[in-house]
Amino acid sequence: MTTDNLKPLLEVDDLVKTFAGKSSVLDHLRGKPQPRLIALDGVSLTLPPNEVLGLVGESGSGKTTLARCIVRLETPDSGSATFDGQDVLAAGPAELRQIRRDMQMIYQDPYTSLNPRMSVQTAVSEPALVHGLVEKEGTERLVRELLGRVGLPFSVAELRPRALSGGQRQRVAIARALALNPRVIIADEAVSALDVSIQAQILNLFAELIHDLGLAMIFIAHQLSVIAQLSDRVAIMYLGRIVETGPTVSVFTNPRHPYTSALLDAHPQVGEEKRQEPALTGEIPSPYAIPKGCRFNTRCRFAEPECFEVDPPPVEVAPGHVAWCHVLPETLSGTHRSTD
Amino acid sequence: MTATTRSDASPLLKITDLTIGFADSRGVVLAADRLNLQVDQNQTLGLLGESGCGKSVTLRSILGLVPYPGEVITGQIEWMGRDLRRIPRRERAKFRGKEISMIFQDPTSCLNPVFTIGNQMIETLKVKLGMSAQDAHHRAVELLDHVGIPSPEQRLKLYPHQLSGGMRQRVMIAIAISTRPRLLLADEPTTALDVTIQDQILKLLDDLKSETGMSVILVSHDVGVVAQNADLVAVMYAGRIMEMGTAQQVIQHPRHPYTRGLLSALPEIDAVRAREPLTPIPGQPPNLAKLPPGCPFQPRCSHVRDECEDIPVELDRRYPEHGSACPFVDAEVFS
Repeated sequence: MTTDNLKPLLEVDDLVKTFAGKSSVLDHLRGKPQPRLIALDGVSLTLPPNEVLGLVGESGSGKTTLARCIVRLETPDSGSATFDGQDVLAAGPAELRQIRRDMQMIYQDPYTSLNPRMSVQTAVSEPALVHGLVEKEGTERLVRELLGRVGLPFSVAELRPRALSGGQRQRVAIARALALNPRVIIADEAVSALDVSIQAQILNLFAELIHDLGLAMIFIAHQLSVIAQLSDRVAIMYLGRIVETGPTVSVFTNPRHPYTSALLDAHPQVGEEKRQEPALTGEIPSPYAIPKGCRFNTRCRFAEPECFEVDPPPVEVAPGHVAWCHVLPETLSGTHRSTD
Repeated sequence: MTATTRSDASPLLKITDLTIGFADSRGVVLAADRLNLQVDQNQTLGLLGESGCGKSVTLRSILGLVPYPGEVITGQIEWMGRDLRRIPRRERAKFRGKEISMIFQDPTSCLNPVFTIGNQMIETLKVKLGMSAQDAHHRAVELLDHVGIPSPEQRLKLYPHQLSGGMRQRVMIAIAISTRPRLLLADEPTTALDVTIQDQILKLLDDLKSETGMSVILVSHDVGVVAQNADLVAVMYAGRIMEMGTAQQVIQHPRHPYTRGLLSALPEIDAVRAREPLTPIPGQPPNLAKLPPGCPFQPRCSHVRDECEDIPVELDRRYPEHGSACPFVDAEVFS
């Protein structure tokens, strides 16, 4: 999608993941097929080295499932994921260990992602010890270096997570991820649970780490302002598909998919008057019964007959900026205030 | 529309010197420390602050719902001139959900999972308004329709788990407004919802407010939500009010260093202007058990000076409509 000759570090192609839904015993006996929840419905993306890709979408859009499929915490039904030339989905145990070492995840809630009985020192050094990157004697130096890297004093090394605030815990989780010298960080709502004043600290830390360590990152968030802060490119997800993707500036200033502009409109912005009408009516349809044609047609005010029949093809609306929409309305109200 | 009309003889709700403490084996921490707040007719007061600043517990204290081991230590909560704290418990229960209603962050845990929503709505109407079962049923259908739930007659038969989060919050709102309260307490009503649903719910609250003339106290950590929906804003930190004024003044011309810090820490949605490093508030959130003497914001304040240890944390009267608890720093831009 990008015109760089840089070989992408991570390439995901047409990933599909469904989960088995519940069906009653009676339905089972009657031979009704088990309902399938469609979490990912053909998602493709590329991540060049040293780039931050922001994934946005509402709950149930498939952001987290996508992240989990990429490190194979879930096994997709079909599609492919290639990391640095290696097929993630076909990788054997040894290869998978290496792939997961290179792609580290950071989760939303540092209260549950850290073991409450492990001291900070143990938590941070454990991955490196497990992967044999460091000897027992070298751990203190490693921990000192990593804690310094994420802006924590070495004095916290002896503490348990409960003695730390949410922001400090998230720093520990980041230090733990960095312990393996990863090439890609997948941050799943990593700043969503933090207070604004702390959130800004962590966002700055991410920006610094990306720059200093040359990391690539998949940054998942539901908050658009957080995405804008960090991402070079964004992908907007809706009901298991990417509906618009491109350079952040292009997508945010000139959104062409009605869902993207609705998200931008709905974002409560300081210093802006409240609009008279809600940006979007209705709710996200059930992932058990995805609408025919364009999956956004139930909530779209621009929908035309075609939208209820035909799945929209990708249209490149600006360099590297693609939207999956038949209508591509241009005169959208929204946050795309003039950029000059 | 405009905020404080101090000429009004008795405001709807007036909180004076409210102090709420939580006791444990190590002593008492104050979750709210000598708060003064006031809400007038048809006004939205926003309580803005980060987690642990005491905004929710302050809201709950109005209905006498401070969770154990917390307790209101001193202060008055006057409802149209009557001190709610002096009213006997039994009588106070009548206020709850009738003159003053409350909605919570998580509608899932507030609705009873084993009763249909119709059941729960009709119960409220029967108990609080003494309606007959049939009238209550009709009213429940009307209410669901009113809060924008399609085919209300069928929805009444559903259980809470059969509804989406946004729909459940609409049901909660329908129950809360069913008694035509004069004040609605909203505790992070949209925090658990997606942004497009949040947008719908806030619009709904706005419509209801202008239709019924009720007042709202909106507790939120989201500056954008408060800025767009409140008439008056009180910014809380470590159980104190640091700044209070009309939403426009507080957001456009913040006076207190904490408010300013909060605003400059916000990431920008404008992708062109974003990308610059943010200006976070340094340090960690306050520990209520170990607050410094004087201003609680000292350890994180960029304008800190020695005198900060001795100042009382109360709003000044320099600008009658817009008080700040910081006597040393003021908005140079403030006009």
